Amino acid sequence: MDPLPLPQKDQLVTAMETTAKPGTAKSGGGAPIQETALRNEEPARSSQSSVGPATPRVAIAVDDTRQARAITSVKAQVENLNFYYGQNRALKNLSIPIADKQVTALIGPSGCGKSTFLRCFNRMHDLQPDTRYEGSITLHPDNLNLVGSGIDPIEVRMRIGMVFQKPNPFPKTIFENVAYGLRLRGVRSRATLAEEVEKALRGAALWDEVKDRLQDSALALSGGQMQRLCIARALATKPEILLFDEPTSALDPIATAKIEELISTLRDQVTVLIVTHNMQQAARVSDYTAFMYLGELIEFDEAAKIFTNPSKKATEDYITGRYG
Amino acid sequence: MSSIPHGNVPAYLNPDSIRRGLSRRKTLDQVFVLVGLILMLACLGILAVLFLDLVIDGSQRFGWDFFTNFPSRRAERAGILGAWVGTSLIMLVTAFCAVPVGVAAAIYLEEYAPKNWFTAIIEINVTNLAGVPSIVYGLLALGLFVYQFGLGQSIAAAGLTLALLILPIVIVATRESIRAVPKSIREAAYGLGATRWEVTKDHVLPYSTGGILTGMILGLSRAIGETAPIITIGALSFIAFLPSSPFTSEFPFISFQWLNDPFTAMPIQMFNWVSRPDQAFQANAAAAGAILLAMTLLMNAVAIWIRYRFRKKINW
Repeated sequence: MDPLPLPQKDQLVTAMETTAKPGTAKSGGGAPIQETALRNEEPARSSQSSVGPATPRVAIAVDDTRQARAITSVKAQVENLNFYYGQNRALKNLSIPIADKQVTALIGPSGCGKSTFLRCFNRMHDLQPDTRYEGSITLHPDNLNLVGSGIDPIEVRMRIGMVFQKPNPFPKTIFENVAYGLRLRGVRSRATLAEEVEKALRGAALWDEVKDRLQDSALALSGGQMQRLCIARALATKPEILLFDEPTSALDPIATAKIEELISTLRDQVTVLIVTHNMQQAARVSDYTAFMYLGELIEFDEAAKIFTNPSKKATEDYITGRYG
Repeated sequence: MSSIPHGNVPAYLNPDSIRRGLSRRKTLDQVFVLVGLILMLACLGILAVLFLDLVIDGSQRFGWDFFTNFPSRRAERAGILGAWVGTSLIMLVTAFCAVPVGVAAAIYLEEYAPKNWFTAIIEINVTNLAGVPSIVYGLLALGLFVYQFGLGQSIAAAGLTLALLILPIVIVATRESIRAVPKSIREAAYGLGATRWEVTKDHVLPYSTGGILTGMILGLSRAIGETAPIITIGALSFIAFLPSSPFTSEFPFISFQWLNDPFTAMPIQMFNWVSRPDQAFQANAAAAGAILLAMTLLMNAVAIWIRYRFRKKINW
């Protein structure tokens, strides 16, 4: 019902042809096959989303090694989400469930809209003029539509935390960085602040490194420590969902490993949604993975399934490094 | 055409010609450094010569008496008491009016105003106002403050006039330092659920204080030397009394009567002495000029120091 417009299809084919590595391309001429694959999956996906996206997906993933993590409770349900920058439709009819206390990864090539999608969850787009949401992101258990026009974006941001691509601590002390969210919520008691700051820093695996210098400037920390401080800052206010926008793209491998480990442990306390460029990272940290391309959702499934046996050709091509 | 053999490179890739070309380019580089250095030293030299000339000409006038005496018919007894007190009070009024208004306007334009044709017009106008001749502000103030608002030829009128004059400078400097606060910091604060005002007061303003103070002092350095607008609104050139004291012995101990008092200012006093036929007064004018220049340099030095202090504390 919503076929790919012609220029986009051309774009897709060209992108695949130009980025296909000679060594990995199939001998039979990959491009026409891929094109057909993408064209064919379109009606299939539409019919799925009209039935209800959550149920069939869970059924598929039964015999998996990670079956303990099948979606038992949904924290947020994305339903036919469209997002517009002015006239430009950046997200097209996205529908996925976000599993409670699990890690969901968004992957896809640059410009596919994964960051745009992530930023819908805490209404960051509202800071820009001329942006518009359609559809819904229903936050459970109180059935709040995060992108509803009557919902205050500030309330949404107070309930949904975010960690950004580049570590962005405030040029204040380490303590004040973590305490800021609590101060915004009107916490004045020094004892409460100290307690919560310690808890958040422990939660972000940073406490032991900074406990003796809480009054030092946050800018004196290393890049990886800064990013964990940003995670602590977000954790301090106990968000219901924590959004990560490529949190390790500015970090070295050791700092990246620490952050990944941290995200795995965070799973027990908070629902995590992470955008990443790094396929291995998505495979390592996520329970569920959504593959996006040109603003559309191509495939959503258990991470183990996506990375071992994806059902869409385009997903497989992307994961195996054929484009993107 | 796959790979060029080493002996067959084009002339411009030959190591010898590379070396020759490089030495020519480096010579050009050094010529530019030399020319720049000469021009810069010439500018500084002219300023130094002017300053020294003023100091030498006015040397016999420097002394405690020069600061504590009112003007007099006899050059050696004339001082700048009325002038420097007047200038200080005017600067006080100017700073108190221009800084809050200028900073607020800059915050509005940067953080709140929607980007449309209306704000674009405001922005262009603010930038243009910085280039309006100061005499025009003087005429505006004469009509508006002195007559329409009935402030008369007072310190308040002069302070407001100079505040108008430096408002664009304060606005432009504040906007620039607000803009220097990275977008990622704003996003971090918004992401925690801060309102626009909370982002501004907790983050944007504190992190741009250095730039704002620098802009304020640069504006005041401009205002302190302005002569035309305060002559236009009617500063006195001979004054033998001080404005009334801001502190009084009876309740409420603070008085704002000084705002309504007539005044003179350093540049006016200088102008008055320069235009006298008696040669002895030229020394007074030179001494007053040297002091005014020293005041301006001092304010600029403070601006540089503040900027250095704040830059050291915050580096993105």
